[in-house]
Amino acid sequence: MHELSVCQALIGQIEDIARQHRATAVRRVSVRLGPLSGVEPDLLSQAFSLASAGTVAQNSRLEIERLPIRVRCESCGAETAAEPNKLVCGECGDWHTRLLSGDEMVLASVELIQNGECGVRNENR
Amino acid sequence: MCETCGCNITPGNEHLARRKNALGGDAVTVLKNLLSENDRAAAHNREHFDRHGVLALNLMSAPGSGKTLLLEASIEALKNEFRIGVIEGDLETENDAARIRAKGVPAVQITTGTACHLDAHMVHDALHHLKLADIDILFIENVGNLVCPASFDLGQHRNIALLSVTEGDDKPAKYPVMFRAADLVLLTKTDLLPVMDDFDPARAEHCLRQLANPAPALRLSAKKKDGLDAWFDWLRREVAGQRERAKRGQTLRPAIQPDGARMHAETGAHHSIPPASGNHYRYRQV
Repeated sequence: MHELSVCQALIGQIEDIARQHRATAVRRVSVRLGPLSGVEPDLLSQAFSLASAGTVAQNSRLEIERLPIRVRCESCGAETAAEPNKLVCGECGDWHTRLLSGDEMVLASVELIQNGECGVRNENR
Repeated sequence: MCETCGCNITPGNEHLARRKNALGGDAVTVLKNLLSENDRAAAHNREHFDRHGVLALNLMSAPGSGKTLLLEASIEALKNEFRIGVIEGDLETENDAARIRAKGVPAVQITTGTACHLDAHMVHDALHHLKLADIDILFIENVGNLVCPASFDLGQHRNIALLSVTEGDDKPAKYPVMFRAADLVLLTKTDLLPVMDDFDPARAEHCLRQLANPAPALRLSAKKKDGLDAWFDWLRREVAGQRERAKRGQTLRPAIQPDGARMHAETGAHHSIPPASGNHYRYRQV
Protein backbone atom coordinates (compact mmCIF):
# COMPACT_ATOMS: atom_id res chain seq x y z
CA MET A 1 0.00 0.00 0.00
CA HIS A 2 2.67 2.51 1.00
CA GLU A 3 5.10 1.15 -1.60
CA LEU A 4 4.05 3.89 -4.03
CA SER A 5 5.01 6.55 -1.45
CA VAL A 6 8.34 4.82 -0.91
CA CYS A 7 8.83 4.60 -4.65
CA GLN A 8 8.08 8.28 -5.20
CA ALA A 9 10.73 9.10 -2.60
CA LEU A 10 13.12 6.75 -4.43
CA ILE A 11 12.46 8.45 -7.79
CA GLY A 12 13.10 11.83 -6.13
CA GLN A 13 16.51 10.62 -4.98
CA ILE A 14 17.35 9.20 -8.41
CA GLU A 15 16.39 12.48 -10.07
CA ASP A 16 18.67 14.40 -7.69
CA ILE A 17 21.58 12.07 -8.38
CA ALA A 18 21.05 12.21 -12.15
CA ARG A 19 20.92 16.01 -12.01
CA GLN A 20 24.05 16.14 -9.85
CA HIS A 21 25.92 13.99 -12.39
CA ARG A 22 24.36 15.61 -15.45
CA ALA A 23 23.05 12.26 -16.61
CA THR A 24 20.35 12.07 -19.24
CA ALA A 25 18.90 8.72 -18.25
CA VAL A 26 19.20 5.87 -15.80
CA ARG A 27 19.97 2.31 -16.82
CA ARG A 28 19.77 0.44 -13.55
CA VAL A 29 18.69 1.13 -9.97
CA SER A 30 19.87 -1.16 -7.22
CA VAL A 31 17.93 -1.37 -3.96
CA ARG A 32 18.48 -3.50 -0.85
CA LEU A 33 15.46 -4.60 1.15
CA GLY A 34 15.16 -6.55 4.37
CA PRO A 35 11.94 -8.38 5.32
CA LEU A 36 11.53 -6.13 8.38
CA SER A 37 11.62 -2.90 6.34
CA GLY A 38 7.87 -3.17 5.83
CA VAL A 39 8.34 -2.81 2.07
CA GLU A 40 7.26 -5.67 -0.21
CA PRO A 41 9.75 -6.19 -3.06
CA ASP A 42 7.10 -7.22 -5.62
CA LEU A 43 4.87 -4.26 -4.80
CA LEU A 44 7.87 -1.93 -4.98
CA SER A 45 8.68 -3.28 -8.45
CA GLN A 46 5.12 -2.67 -9.62
CA ALA A 47 5.10 0.81 -8.15
CA PHE A 48 8.47 1.59 -9.75
CA SER A 49 7.19 1.25 -13.30
CA LEU A 50 4.32 3.60 -12.43
CA ALA A 51 6.35 6.14 -10.49
CA SER A 52 9.24 6.25 -12.95
CA ALA A 53 7.09 6.99 -16.00
CA GLY A 54 7.98 10.36 -17.46
CA THR A 55 11.04 10.76 -15.23
CA VAL A 56 14.77 10.31 -15.83
CA ALA A 57 14.36 6.77 -14.47
CA GLN A 58 11.84 5.75 -17.12
CA ASN A 59 12.90 2.49 -18.81
CA SER A 60 15.48 1.79 -16.11
CA ARG A 61 15.73 -1.63 -14.50
CA LEU A 62 15.03 -1.93 -10.78
CA GLU A 63 17.10 -4.63 -9.13
CA ILE A 64 16.12 -5.59 -5.61
CA GLU A 65 18.58 -7.44 -3.43
CA ARG A 66 16.71 -9.22 -0.64
CA LEU A 67 18.74 -9.26 2.54
CA PRO A 68 18.39 -12.01 5.14
CA ILE A 69 17.40 -11.54 8.77
CA ARG A 70 20.34 -12.11 11.13
CA VAL A 71 20.31 -11.64 14.89
CA ARG A 72 22.99 -11.71 17.59
CA CYS A 73 22.03 -13.22 20.93
CA GLU A 74 22.76 -11.07 23.96
CA SER A 75 22.80 -14.15 26.19
CA CYS A 76 25.00 -16.65 24.33
CA GLY A 77 26.54 -14.40 21.67
CA ALA A 78 25.55 -16.63 18.73
CA GLU A 79 24.78 -15.03 15.36
CA THR A 80 21.94 -16.85 13.64
CA ALA A 81 19.30 -16.53 10.95
CA ALA A 82 15.77 -15.61 12.10
CA GLU A 83 12.21 -15.19 10.83
CA PRO A 84 10.33 -11.86 10.73
CA ASN A 85 8.01 -12.90 13.57
CA LYS A 86 10.53 -15.04 15.41
CA LEU A 87 13.60 -12.95 16.12
CA VAL A 88 14.86 -15.26 18.86
CA CYS A 89 18.31 -16.83 19.06
CA GLY A 90 18.64 -19.85 16.77
CA GLU A 91 21.06 -21.47 19.23
CA CYS A 92 19.62 -21.01 22.72
CA GLY A 93 16.13 -19.68 21.96
CA ASP A 94 16.47 -16.53 24.09
CA TRP A 95 14.49 -13.51 22.82
CA HIS A 96 17.08 -11.00 24.02
CA THR A 97 18.64 -10.50 20.61
CA ARG A 98 19.87 -7.59 18.52
CA LEU A 99 19.07 -7.31 14.83
CA LEU A 100 22.21 -7.42 12.66
CA SER A 101 20.44 -7.21 9.32
CA GLY A 102 16.93 -7.46 7.90
CA ASP A 103 15.33 -4.01 8.29
CA GLU A 104 17.16 -2.29 5.44
CA MET A 105 15.51 -0.26 2.72
CA VAL A 106 18.47 1.28 1.02
CA LEU A 107 19.17 2.75 -2.39
CA ALA A 108 22.52 1.05 -3.02
CA SER A 109 23.53 2.42 -6.42
CA VAL A 110 22.32 4.02 -9.61
CA GLU A 111 23.76 3.36 -13.05
CA LEU A 112 23.62 6.51 -15.12
CA ILE A 113 23.67 7.10 -18.85
CA GLN A 114 25.36 10.13 -20.29
CA ASN A 115 24.00 12.14 -23.18
CA GLY A 116 23.57 10.20 -26.40
CA GLU A 117 24.21 6.77 -24.91
CA CYS A 118 20.66 5.67 -25.42
CA GLY A 119 17.43 6.94 -26.78
CA VAL A 120 15.89 7.95 -23.49
CA ARG A 121 15.78 11.65 -22.76
CA ASN A 122 15.14 13.26 -19.42
CA GLU A 123 12.27 15.60 -20.08
CA ASN A 124 12.41 17.07 -16.59
CA ARG A 125 15.52 19.04 -17.30
CA MET B 1 29.45 16.07 6.21
CA CYS B 2 27.47 12.97 5.61
CA GLU B 3 29.70 10.12 4.51
CA THR B 4 27.04 7.52 3.91
CA CYS B 5 24.50 8.86 1.49
CA GLY B 6 26.40 10.43 -1.35
CA CYS B 7 25.28 14.00 -0.60
CA ASN B 8 28.89 15.08 -0.17
CA ILE B 9 29.91 14.29 -3.73
CA THR B 10 31.59 17.33 -5.28
CA PRO B 11 33.24 17.93 -8.66
CA GLY B 12 36.56 17.42 -6.84
CA ASN B 13 35.88 13.96 -5.49
CA GLU B 14 33.31 12.79 -7.99
CA HIS B 15 35.78 10.50 -9.79
CA LEU B 16 36.14 8.50 -6.55
CA ALA B 17 32.44 7.83 -6.29
CA ARG B 18 31.88 6.91 -9.91
CA ARG B 19 33.12 4.00 -11.86
CA LYS B 20 32.57 2.95 -15.41
CA ASN B 21 30.64 -0.27 -15.74
CA ALA B 22 30.94 -2.87 -18.49
CA LEU B 23 28.27 -1.17 -20.57
CA GLY B 24 29.89 2.21 -20.40
CA GLY B 25 27.39 3.79 -17.99
CA ASP B 26 28.33 5.33 -14.68
CA ALA B 27 27.40 3.50 -11.48
CA VAL B 28 27.01 5.80 -8.51
CA THR B 29 27.12 4.25 -5.08
CA VAL B 30 24.45 5.85 -2.94
CA LEU B 31 23.72 3.77 0.19
CA LYS B 32 20.94 6.06 1.27
CA ASN B 33 17.66 5.13 2.91
CA LEU B 34 14.73 5.14 0.51
CA LEU B 35 12.85 7.42 2.89
CA SER B 36 15.74 9.74 3.66
CA GLU B 37 13.70 12.84 2.78
CA ASN B 38 11.04 11.74 5.23
CA ASP B 39 13.68 10.98 7.86
CA ARG B 40 15.17 14.43 7.39
CA ALA B 41 11.76 16.04 7.89
CA ALA B 42 11.21 13.81 10.94
CA ALA B 43 14.49 14.97 12.48
CA HIS B 44 13.39 18.54 11.86
CA ASN B 45 10.05 17.86 13.63
CA ARG B 46 11.93 16.30 16.54
CA GLU B 47 14.04 19.46 16.86
CA HIS B 48 10.83 21.50 17.09
CA PHE B 49 9.50 19.20 19.83
CA ASP B 50 12.75 19.25 21.78
CA ARG B 51 13.14 23.00 21.57
CA HIS B 52 9.73 23.39 23.22
CA GLY B 53 10.14 20.51 25.65
CA VAL B 54 7.23 18.64 24.03
CA LEU B 55 6.96 14.86 24.40
CA ALA B 56 5.69 13.49 21.05
CA LEU B 57 4.02 10.08 21.00
CA ASN B 58 2.98 8.16 17.89
CA LEU B 59 -0.12 6.03 18.47
CA MET B 60 -0.52 3.18 16.01
CA SER B 61 -3.04 0.36 15.77
CA ALA B 62 -5.65 -1.28 13.60
CA PRO B 63 -8.79 0.81 12.96
CA GLY B 64 -11.23 0.63 15.84
CA SER B 65 -8.87 -0.56 18.57
CA GLY B 66 -9.67 2.41 20.77
CA LYS B 67 -7.02 5.07 20.16
CA THR B 68 -9.40 8.02 20.31
CA LEU B 69 -11.31 6.70 23.33
CA LEU B 70 -8.01 6.21 25.15
CA LEU B 71 -7.05 9.80 24.36
CA GLU B 72 -10.42 11.07 25.60
CA ALA B 73 -10.03 9.20 28.89
CA SER B 74 -6.41 10.35 29.24
CA ILE B 75 -7.28 14.00 28.60
CA GLU B 76 -10.10 13.85 31.16
CA ALA B 77 -7.78 12.44 33.81
CA LEU B 78 -4.65 14.47 33.07
CA LYS B 79 -5.78 17.81 31.70
CA ASN B 80 -4.99 19.64 34.95
CA GLU B 81 -1.58 17.97 35.15
CA PHE B 82 -0.32 18.30 31.56
CA ARG B 83 -1.07 20.54 28.59
CA ILE B 84 -2.07 18.12 25.85
CA GLY B 85 -2.30 18.53 22.07
CA VAL B 86 -3.44 16.02 19.46
CA ILE B 87 -2.80 15.47 15.76
CA GLU B 88 -5.42 13.14 14.26
CA GLY B 89 -4.77 11.15 11.09
CA ASP B 90 -7.62 9.64 9.10
CA LEU B 91 -8.44 9.14 5.45
CA GLU B 92 -11.54 11.26 5.77
CA THR B 93 -13.73 13.16 8.27
CA GLU B 94 -13.09 15.60 11.05
CA ASN B 95 -14.82 13.31 13.59
CA ASP B 96 -11.89 12.36 15.79
CA ALA B 97 -10.52 15.89 16.09
CA ALA B 98 -14.01 17.07 17.04
CA ARG B 99 -14.15 14.45 19.80
CA ILE B 100 -10.79 15.64 21.16
CA ARG B 101 -11.70 19.33 20.95
CA ALA B 102 -14.87 18.58 22.91
CA LYS B 103 -12.53 17.68 25.77
CA GLY B 104 -11.05 21.18 25.63
CA VAL B 105 -7.65 20.53 24.06
CA PRO B 106 -6.31 21.68 20.67
CA ALA B 107 -6.54 19.13 17.86
CA VAL B 108 -5.46 19.25 14.22
CA GLN B 109 -7.08 16.82 11.82
CA ILE B 110 -5.00 15.54 8.92
CA THR B 111 -7.17 13.89 6.30
CA THR B 112 -4.89 11.87 4.07
CA GLY B 113 -7.37 11.18 1.27
CA THR B 114 -6.19 7.77 0.12
CA ALA B 115 -2.81 7.68 1.88
CA CYS B 116 -2.60 4.82 4.35
CA HIS B 117 -0.19 6.46 6.81
CA LEU B 118 1.05 9.78 8.12
CA ASP B 119 4.48 10.98 7.05
CA ALA B 120 6.83 13.53 8.54
CA HIS B 121 5.88 16.26 6.05
CA MET B 122 2.19 15.99 6.89
CA VAL B 123 2.99 16.24 10.59
CA HIS B 124 5.27 19.21 9.97
CA ASP B 125 2.47 21.07 8.20
CA ALA B 126 0.08 20.24 11.03
CA LEU B 127 2.56 21.62 13.57
CA HIS B 128 2.09 25.07 12.06
CA HIS B 129 -1.42 24.95 13.49
CA LEU B 130 -0.38 24.13 17.06
CA LYS B 131 1.34 26.29 19.67
CA LEU B 132 4.07 23.91 20.78
CA ALA B 133 5.10 26.28 23.59
CA ASP B 134 1.71 25.55 25.19
CA ILE B 135 1.96 21.74 24.95
CA ASP B 136 3.60 19.16 27.24
CA ILE B 137 2.40 15.99 25.48
CA LEU B 138 1.60 15.81 21.76
CA PHE B 139 -0.27 12.67 20.77
CA ILE B 140 -0.08 11.84 17.07
CA GLU B 141 -2.90 9.42 16.33
CA ASN B 142 -1.76 7.69 13.16
CA VAL B 143 -4.07 6.30 10.47
CA GLY B 144 -5.61 3.04 11.70
CA ASN B 145 -3.41 0.51 9.92
CA LEU B 146 -1.02 -2.13 11.22
CA VAL B 147 1.23 -2.12 8.14
CA CYS B 148 2.29 1.17 6.59
CA PRO B 149 2.64 3.64 9.50
CA ALA B 150 5.51 1.59 10.96
CA SER B 151 7.81 2.53 8.07
CA PHE B 152 7.54 6.32 8.47
CA ASP B 153 9.38 8.24 11.18
CA LEU B 154 7.35 11.32 12.16
CA GLY B 155 9.82 12.81 14.64
CA GLN B 156 8.13 11.21 17.64
CA HIS B 157 10.01 10.18 20.78
CA ARG B 158 8.06 7.00 21.41
CA ASN B 159 5.91 4.55 19.48
CA ILE B 160 2.82 3.16 21.17
CA ALA B 161 0.95 0.23 19.61
CA LEU B 162 -2.58 -0.60 20.71
CA LEU B 163 -3.98 -4.11 20.44
CA SER B 164 -7.62 -4.60 21.41
CA VAL B 165 -8.75 -7.94 22.80
CA THR B 166 -11.30 -8.25 19.98
CA GLU B 167 -8.50 -8.54 17.40
CA GLY B 168 -6.77 -11.79 18.29
CA ASP B 169 -3.78 -12.37 20.52
CA ASP B 170 -1.44 -13.38 17.65
CA LYS B 171 -1.48 -9.92 16.04
CA PRO B 172 2.17 -9.23 16.96
CA ALA B 173 3.18 -12.39 15.07
CA LYS B 174 1.07 -11.39 12.06
CA TYR B 175 2.29 -7.77 11.94
CA PRO B 176 5.88 -8.00 13.19
CA VAL B 177 7.16 -4.79 11.60
CA MET B 178 4.62 -2.73 13.54
CA PHE B 179 4.91 -4.48 16.90
CA ARG B 180 8.70 -4.68 16.74
CA ALA B 181 8.71 -0.86 16.55
CA ALA B 182 6.57 -0.38 19.68
CA ASP B 183 8.12 1.12 22.82
CA LEU B 184 4.88 0.42 24.67
CA VAL B 185 2.04 -1.97 23.87
CA LEU B 186 -1.43 -1.32 25.26
CA LEU B 187 -3.87 -4.23 25.35
CA THR B 188 -7.17 -2.36 25.16
CA LYS B 189 -10.85 -3.15 25.78
CA THR B 190 -9.94 -5.61 28.53
CA ASP B 191 -13.46 -5.20 29.94
CA LEU B 192 -14.47 -7.49 27.05
CA LEU B 193 -12.08 -10.28 28.06
CA PRO B 194 -14.80 -12.30 29.83
CA VAL B 195 -16.64 -12.66 26.51
CA MET B 196 -13.51 -12.79 24.33
CA ASP B 197 -12.26 -15.94 26.00
CA ASP B 198 -10.07 -16.91 23.03
CA PHE B 199 -7.86 -13.87 23.62
CA ASP B 200 -5.05 -14.70 26.02
CA PRO B 201 -3.09 -11.58 27.10
CA ALA B 202 -0.13 -13.78 28.06
CA ARG B 203 -0.05 -15.21 24.52
CA ALA B 204 -0.12 -11.68 23.05
CA GLU B 205 2.84 -10.79 25.25
CA HIS B 206 4.66 -13.98 24.24
CA CYS B 207 4.23 -13.04 20.55
CA LEU B 208 5.70 -9.62 21.37
CA ARG B 209 8.78 -11.15 23.05
CA GLN B 210 9.30 -13.39 20.00
CA LEU B 211 10.00 -10.13 18.16
CA ALA B 212 12.85 -9.47 20.63
CA ASN B 213 10.83 -6.54 21.92
CA PRO B 214 11.13 -5.84 25.68
CA ALA B 215 8.37 -3.17 25.60
CA PRO B 216 5.94 -3.20 28.54
CA ALA B 217 2.49 -4.59 27.69
CA LEU B 218 -0.15 -2.84 29.80
CA ARG B 219 -3.76 -4.04 30.03
CA LEU B 220 -6.49 -1.45 30.23
CA SER B 221 -10.07 -0.49 29.49
CA ALA B 222 -10.55 3.19 28.65
CA LYS B 223 -14.32 2.69 28.70
CA LYS B 224 -14.45 1.22 32.23
CA LYS B 225 -11.47 3.34 33.43
CA ASP B 226 -9.70 0.16 34.38
CA GLY B 227 -5.90 -0.23 34.42
CA LEU B 228 -5.34 3.38 33.38
CA ASP B 229 -3.04 4.26 36.29
CA ALA B 230 -0.11 2.25 34.92
CA TRP B 231 -0.54 4.06 31.57
CA PHE B 232 -0.66 7.45 33.27
CA ASP B 233 2.45 6.58 35.31
CA TRP B 234 4.25 5.62 32.09
CA LEU B 235 3.26 9.02 30.63
CA ARG B 236 4.48 10.85 33.76
CA ARG B 237 7.85 9.09 33.57
CA GLU B 238 8.18 9.90 29.88
CA VAL B 239 7.30 13.59 30.38
CA ALA B 240 9.83 13.82 33.23
CA GLY B 241 12.45 12.13 31.03
CA GLN B 242 11.76 14.51 28.16
CA ARG B 243 12.09 17.54 30.45
CA GLU B 244 15.42 16.25 31.73
CA ARG B 245 16.68 15.67 28.20
CA ALA B 246 15.48 19.13 27.11
CA LYS B 247 17.51 20.69 29.92
CA ARG B 248 20.62 18.84 28.78
CA GLY B 249 20.01 19.50 25.08
CA GLN B 250 19.53 15.80 24.34
CA THR B 251 16.88 13.98 22.37
CA LEU B 252 15.37 10.51 22.15
CA ARG B 253 14.26 8.33 19.29
CA PRO B 254 11.99 5.30 19.43
CA ALA B 255 13.94 2.16 20.32
CA ILE B 256 13.59 0.79 16.79
CA GLN B 257 14.40 3.33 14.14
CA PRO B 258 13.97 3.10 10.40
CA ASP B 259 17.28 2.36 8.74
CA GLY B 260 17.94 5.81 7.34
CA ALA B 261 17.30 7.64 10.57
CA ARG B 262 20.02 5.50 12.14
CA MET B 263 22.39 6.08 9.25
CA HIS B 264 22.00 9.83 9.55
CA ALA B 265 21.60 10.03 13.31
CA GLU B 266 25.10 11.24 14.02
CA THR B 267 25.55 13.81 11.28
CA GLY B 268 23.12 16.45 12.52
CA ALA B 269 23.84 18.19 9.25
CA HIS B 270 20.32 18.44 7.89
CA HIS B 271 18.26 21.23 9.37
CA SER B 272 16.18 22.43 6.50
CA ILE B 273 13.42 20.44 4.87
CA PRO B 274 12.23 20.80 1.33
CA PRO B 275 8.58 21.55 0.67
CA ALA B 276 6.46 18.43 0.50
CA SER B 277 5.83 17.54 -3.10
CA GLY B 278 2.24 17.02 -4.15
CA ASN B 279 0.26 17.67 -0.97
CA HIS B 280 -2.74 15.46 -1.56
CA TYR B 281 -3.69 15.55 2.08
CA ARG B 282 -5.56 18.28 3.89
CA TYR B 283 -5.35 19.46 7.41
CA ARG B 284 -7.77 21.50 9.41
CA GLN B 285 -7.55 23.29 12.66
CA VAL B 286 -9.90 24.27 15.48
